[in-house]
Amino acid sequence: MLQIECPWCGPRDQSEFSCGGEAHISRPLEPDALDDIEWADYLFFRKNPCGRHYEQWCHIFGCRRWFNAIRDTVTYKFIAYYEMGANPPELD
Amino acid sequence: MTQMLRTPDAGHVKRTRPISFTFNKRQYWGFEGDTLASALIANNVRVIRRSFKFHRPRGIVGAWSEEPNAIVEIGANNTRVPNLRATQIELYQGLVAHSVTPSKWLRFDTLAISNVFSGLLPAGFYYKTFMWPKSFWHRYEKRIRRLAGLGYAPSGQDIDTYDKMHYFCDVLVVGGGPSGLIAALTVARSGGRVLLVDDQSEIGGSLLSKTETISGKLAKYWLKDVITELRSYPDVRLLKRATATGYYDHNFVVINERLTDHLEHHNERLRRERLWRVRAKEVILATGAIERPIVFCSNDIPGVMLASAIRIYLLRYGVLAGSKVAFFTNNDSVYHTALSLVESGGEVVGIVDIRKNPKSTIVERARSTGIPIYDDHVVVAARGGFNGLKKVQLARANSQGDLILTNKGELKCDTLGVSGGWNPVVHLHAQSGGRPEYDQSAGMFVPGKSVQSERSVGAAKGHIALRECFVDGVEAGKSAALGADLKLGQIPDIPFTIAESSEALKPMWEVPPSQLNLHNDKSFVDLQNDTTASDLRLAVREGYTAIEHVKRYTALGFGTDQGKLGNINGAGIVAKYLGVDISELGTTRFRPNYTPVTFGAISGRSIGGYLFDPVRKSPIHEWHVMAGAAFENVGQWKRPWYYPRDSETMDDSVKRECLAVRGGVGALDASTLGKIEIRGPDASTLLNRLYTNSWSKLPVGRCRYGLMLGEDGMVMDDGVTARIGDNHYLMTTTTGGAGPVLTWMERWLQTEWPDLKVYLTSVTDQWAVVSLAGPDSRRLMANLYPDLDFSEEVFPFMSVVSASYVGVPSRIFRISFSGELGYEINVPANYGYSLWSTIMKFGESLNITPYGTETMHILRAEKGYIIVGQDTDGSVTPHDLGMDWIVSKNKDFIGKRSLFREDMKRDNRKQFVGLETDDPLLILPEGAQLTNEQNRSIPVDMVGHVTSSYMSVELNRSIALALVKGGIKRHGGKVYAHLIDGRIVPATIRSPNFYDPKNKRQEA
Repeated sequence: MLQIECPWCGPRDQSEFSCGGEAHISRPLEPDALDDIEWADYLFFRKNPCGRHYEQWCHIFGCRRWFNAIRDTVTYKFIAYYEMGANPPELD
Repeated sequence: MTQMLRTPDAGHVKRTRPISFTFNKRQYWGFEGDTLASALIANNVRVIRRSFKFHRPRGIVGAWSEEPNAIVEIGANNTRVPNLRATQIELYQGLVAHSVTPSKWLRFDTLAISNVFSGLLPAGFYYKTFMWPKSFWHRYEKRIRRLAGLGYAPSGQDIDTYDKMHYFCDVLVVGGGPSGLIAALTVARSGGRVLLVDDQSEIGGSLLSKTETISGKLAKYWLKDVITELRSYPDVRLLKRATATGYYDHNFVVINERLTDHLEHHNERLRRERLWRVRAKEVILATGAIERPIVFCSNDIPGVMLASAIRIYLLRYGVLAGSKVAFFTNNDSVYHTALSLVESGGEVVGIVDIRKNPKSTIVERARSTGIPIYDDHVVVAARGGFNGLKKVQLARANSQGDLILTNKGELKCDTLGVSGGWNPVVHLHAQSGGRPEYDQSAGMFVPGKSVQSERSVGAAKGHIALRECFVDGVEAGKSAALGADLKLGQIPDIPFTIAESSEALKPMWEVPPSQLNLHNDKSFVDLQNDTTASDLRLAVREGYTAIEHVKRYTALGFGTDQGKLGNINGAGIVAKYLGVDISELGTTRFRPNYTPVTFGAISGRSIGGYLFDPVRKSPIHEWHVMAGAAFENVGQWKRPWYYPRDSETMDDSVKRECLAVRGGVGALDASTLGKIEIRGPDASTLLNRLYTNSWSKLPVGRCRYGLMLGEDGMVMDDGVTARIGDNHYLMTTTTGGAGPVLTWMERWLQTEWPDLKVYLTSVTDQWAVVSLAGPDSRRLMANLYPDLDFSEEVFPFMSVVSASYVGVPSRIFRISFSGELGYEINVPANYGYSLWSTIMKFGESLNITPYGTETMHILRAEKGYIIVGQDTDGSVTPHDLGMDWIVSKNKDFIGKRSLFREDMKRDNRKQFVGLETDDPLLILPEGAQLTNEQNRSIPVDMVGHVTSSYMSVELNRSIALALVKGGIKRHGGKVYAHLIDGRIVPATIRSPNFYDPKNKRQEA
């Protein structure tokens, strides 16, 4: 079980969280302007990287706040946590 | 009370406390401190069970969890525990144990004939024999089940309770041997919070059976001092009988602590086991090593065991493993054991050493004692009968060591201690993500690079010498303490141990094949599964090249012991046959659990009863119970299903309740419906984005029905939302949708639209809701609220008003889910019971009838009102439901873009319709598949399925709702429902609104 650091509540077990998948996918401001392929890209297509993954998490059985995290999909290490709406931190 | 093989004084057992126990219905005696295995050996019980496949007699091989053979069962009926290792069962007064054996008799096993015909049972035998013809499997199955078998599951409910414990520490030390203890001491002196776990009944590991002195003291005194010091630190916890069974991500280690299995009496106030869920900043793995056997002919005869087990039985339990003991080794370690045996009065008939002329100090000591040493010899075969080993056949190999050339006669013995080196217990390291690497010089798999914050020490790292263990332990303790941000305290000195010269081992997995026809029998690699070296050879010959595949083909390492003894030999042998190096072949994957864990420990107290799944009850629940309601589970909620009177059946009650609502007035407890408060200046904007219809122009005091879609355009939830104020809405959701809908809304608000000024609050539990329905409901409302005007003009359909109920704020909604005139009264939850009781009293004259969810379902189905999740399934759009009217074209909302795709307008999508069977008394089963043709020709073209189906007393016929391809334009057409019993039932498609199609009654 992963240990995840909620920015508001501190480190907690993974079972208190739900993962919202890839972060930084903005809902198109004018969906009608998109063709089906572009819309499908927004709706369904997600990155599946081997390594750093930028994702959304919610402390669902805690403070219920959403936040962003960068997690390595190989080592499962959390590299950074940052607030919703913030730009991801610069990593080397 | 005599125990034939008990020494007069060796070991730690309490000789003043004799214990009687029963094994296979015979009584024996042992001492407190014994395991079942040590006591059986003391009593010269050599055969413990018959083997799994060939039914060969088997004896005790090891001294702890590596034991593959000595599998027994204790207890009976609901306390029965099958498949325990006798080597791990602590003896207690009155213990009753049985062999877990595939046949009834240990001594005369008629099925042992399978041993004679074993040529017919090679590896892959199941695949080869039973795949063809397939239909014959049921004939084989019964016989095979009788041939094989490992005990019986307990019958009846477990009488024990189990606990779980969550724990956090700076450093977790797994293993209480020399390296683990000194590591723990290092961290403890640095002020760390330490958890040290050991799976045996005494902490000490190898120190419990060591003859060496440590800093001039006997090992047991050094051990006592260290444990005393560790116990003096308040932040240090030592657990015995606790096995670290799994190492998971982020240093999460699961530990199974056994608390009562060693006790004579069952005490219901004690927990049987405790499952520790430990999150450690740093982990030290001091898990030791398991001695490696050498594979040779008939190496399964009772009496052939691990040399280290002989040592443990002698030095810890004071038991001689046999009266004439021989050893077969490729390293120095057995010489210590041989000397100890001689000192305790045992007879050592010889040490067979693969190495040519070994010269270490300990070998010289053994030689000077007069123990015959057969260097440059191998044991090619063991010989004996049911009573066990009688002699071993010696031979000499050629200079390359790959072919036996010379017969060197026999050596008479009843016990053979085998040592082929050591296999470090790298299981937890591997589970943590590490990859064990083969150390060529040491001839063993050792831990590789750490992936998590863990390090292995001592024998677990391949360091067998005591001094190395101490050095490792201190170093690991230091690095773990620093890793856990501790300041190093006083570092323990490395204890003084006598250094002796030693000679490296000479690896040998299997005694090489022989030119001489000395003995023709099987050589076992995995004793529990009867996997032989020839099975492995066959697998390689048939083309298997990966060890994981060989494992699955031959069942190598599949037993309850998970191949702790045989797996590495198996890999070595397979590598040899393949002509590759073992480091290239690698090991099979080490997976949790290290040793078997009971289901009880895993489930803890969350089994059965109220802790299994929380139960939610409405504030009016007790009234329903008193009224004798039958309850239905809706998610976690208990809802009244129907209210049977006298001897009514469910059908009778539901019929009566339906008629009461349609003809008078009925009351439904609707408290479980999800309720979400939406407040803030942007509340309307949020609703506009989440619902398909528009909310900006909804006047205060009015309600509106809304459909919520997923971004894929499919219906997700529905409900009525009321505008309480300009910036204040109250949304209702389905009972099951309350949680998910709130989460959904919160997600959009927090992740996508943080600029919206809206707060969401779940108020499901804050309000009790009573729904009144029926033509008489207005009269009842007027009685309840004499000051309010309930006329159509003042309080029309789909409106809401605030009112006081006995001085308490309440809200009244005029809405309907039944198609009748209806009201829903919301009061603070604590007043729910009072409100309901008052309504029952006021409604008495109107013959008010409480009704349950079944009646509610029928009433709504008669109106064609959907239940999301029953009539929809995540692939249904508003168009499919015939609800285009609710979809706004003038604004964006979640799901709109998907909904306006070309494909969504297809005419042949499955659409929501009503069905009337030709036979009005036939109720279609929900889920029944529908076709257009009566005669099935394969493949059958399914056009839809029944989603809801009831008998309608009002319409005096059965009704059904269904999803049918192109159904909306097919009203009047026919479909055929296919029932499980083979009947094909014709039905006519129609509008789902069966009753009062103009909605006059609810808007009356």
